[in-house]
Amino acid sequence: MSVLVDKADLSLKYTAHYNEVKESLQKESADVLNAPRNKAFQDFVMQGIPTRKNENYKYTNLQPQFFPEYRFMHRREPVKLDLHAAFRCDVPQLDTHLAFIFNGWYYEDNKQAGQLPEGVILESLEKIAREKPELLKKYATLAKTEEDPLVALNTAFAKDGYFLYVPKNTVVDKPIQLINFLQANEDAFVTQRNFIVVEEGADAKIVSCDHTLNLNTYLSNSVTEVFVGANANFEYYTLQNEHNKTTSLNSVFVHQEKDSKATTLYSSLHGGVIRNNLRFILDGENAEAHLYGMAFLDKKQHVDNFTQVIHAKPNCMSNQIYKNVLNDESNGAFAGRIHVIRDAQKTNAFQRNNNLLLTDKATMQTKPQLIIDADDVKCSHGATVGQIDEEALFYMRARGIDEDKARLMMMNAFAHEVVQQISIEPLRDRIDELVDKRLKGEVARCHECAYNCDC
Amino acid sequence: MLKIFILKMLSIKDLYVSIDGMEILKGINLEVKPGEIHAIMGPNGSGKSTLANVLAGKEEYEVTHGEVTYMGKNLLEMAPEDRAKEGLFLSFQYPVEIPGVPMVNFLKTAVNEHRKYHNEKELTAGEFLKFMREKMDLVEMRSQLTNRSVNEGFSGGEKKKNEIFQMALLEPKLAILDETDSGLDIDALKTVAHGVNALRKPENATIVVTHYQRLLEYIVPDVVHVLYKGKIVKSAGKELALQLEEKGYDWIKQENEN
Repeated sequence: MSVLVDKADLSLKYTAHYNEVKESLQKESADVLNAPRNKAFQDFVMQGIPTRKNENYKYTNLQPQFFPEYRFMHRREPVKLDLHAAFRCDVPQLDTHLAFIFNGWYYEDNKQAGQLPEGVILESLEKIAREKPELLKKYATLAKTEEDPLVALNTAFAKDGYFLYVPKNTVVDKPIQLINFLQANEDAFVTQRNFIVVEEGADAKIVSCDHTLNLNTYLSNSVTEVFVGANANFEYYTLQNEHNKTTSLNSVFVHQEKDSKATTLYSSLHGGVIRNNLRFILDGENAEAHLYGMAFLDKKQHVDNFTQVIHAKPNCMSNQIYKNVLNDESNGAFAGRIHVIRDAQKTNAFQRNNNLLLTDKATMQTKPQLIIDADDVKCSHGATVGQIDEEALFYMRARGIDEDKARLMMMNAFAHEVVQQISIEPLRDRIDELVDKRLKGEVARCHECAYNCDC
Repeated sequence: MLKIFILKMLSIKDLYVSIDGMEILKGINLEVKPGEIHAIMGPNGSGKSTLANVLAGKEEYEVTHGEVTYMGKNLLEMAPEDRAKEGLFLSFQYPVEIPGVPMVNFLKTAVNEHRKYHNEKELTAGEFLKFMREKMDLVEMRSQLTNRSVNEGFSGGEKKKNEIFQMALLEPKLAILDETDSGLDIDALKTVAHGVNALRKPENATIVVTHYQRLLEYIVPDVVHVLYKGKIVKSAGKELALQLEEKGYDWIKQENEN
């Protein structure tokens, strides 16, 4: 009985909160963000906080994550520290256009945006919604609130995040690095909404890094909509490196036109509960999508990668490789769906998920799903769950390499298949190093943090 | 004082070994001195590979009785990696593929682990590559192979050459070649044998485990032992190998069944 009451209470709590803040949300935001708000919240109420009963969340019950008394970061709060001083990415030779996002809010003092190529806009979503709403005509068209409760809740609360616009035939020479910081004096609920347009023939690479600056409990719910134009290239590398009391929920929607190429790569180094939702729509011939992910879990961490690739037009190609190394009592999940729409002939769709379990208590759930409504397609999927190869281990030891080192080399090798997909060389080297540290059980701190917070 | 080492490199006394409760070796006695080449022959299932693997430290084998002394130390108490660093090398019958671990990393790590153990300075990447190139010629190792993952996509012959190549890099005192000839054509066999012979030094010893006499034409043994049903039933000079070739293992079987 008490469980039922709790669940009802939990939904009621979010409803009460929305009713309390909806007027100020409306008042403080531009029309383009307000338009879908009320319907979005209704969609959230209809679907509820995801539990295992929701087919798409079969392996991740989020009820406990929504339970704490969070403070909702609905307003931009003054950042008391100089982020440029506090943060110095020590990836050598990684020369980037750097921007910070603080508790889901685009940092007002971001300096680097001015040096971007002509016509490229990297800005606060809130500001663009107010000043150039015509750029957001497609807002909330990919991320459908009736299809996912997290997307619905994000859309109901959305006020800010980043906006990136890369005009036709423009190449952004350096990667755009976005550092997401979480830091509040109490447990916090963060909403971040991002919007990316890479126009025809354009090229942009994003490196997104998630960090926590103290040990409070955080829930971050982000939604990113990406439009990749014809013949454009878009790469999106995410480094998730937060502490065990963080829940990181990310939904990314990518729409691709003909001859375009889009790549996402998630490196989940650390986090309490991580859920990455990806939905790609290949909506023009010869489009190419690459989805990569690797996760390193220990203690009671949980990482769930959920992908959907929709082949809507013929002659497209998609490729998914996800790898997990699970230690202690950690738990991982991968569910990958490939949907080939009728008439999307000559589709090439490939998916693989390999998992390494280091203990008897670590668990992994993996579920490929193919929905094929065309008759001339090539689709494949494969999943493995296994342990370190004992024969290989003995072989290495017989050459004088001690057991720990041999294990480490093999785990690194396992992850390396994903690491080597990173096209930015200094980033690739650095991620290799971070993965190595993570596997050694050392703190894989990826930046010079002025706040040595042990997180 | 050091003479003990020189007199006896390996001494196996009354060794009994089981796997999954099944007794495979039933009282092996063997002594190997520096400079010697011993051949261990025998029909399939006689326990040849078990002996090789037990000496290298494979853990699923259970030693139920007996002792093994190597360079004056109790070999059975040592971890496989320490046996390797003390100079014991097993050339695997079936070299293992390790996807994702580049050959060069693997070899460099192995060489430097040896060097660290012996208080020698570790080789830098450049130094190692130079050292590696010198050794590659010895077994006619194609340079493309070192760019791959360990043994991945290697042919049977390339895998065996790779074993001898590793032996050349690690410069062991006691090399155990487990069926190194199996799966090799005559040219590859000659190359491998040439490599083994070129690496010979008066202070080193070799144990050649083989089913056929063929390899022993190129690597000439001082002593030939016949292993049958977990025991050494015959030991003699190199002529024993020829006798076996001529009469077949049935001869041994009949002698021991009667």
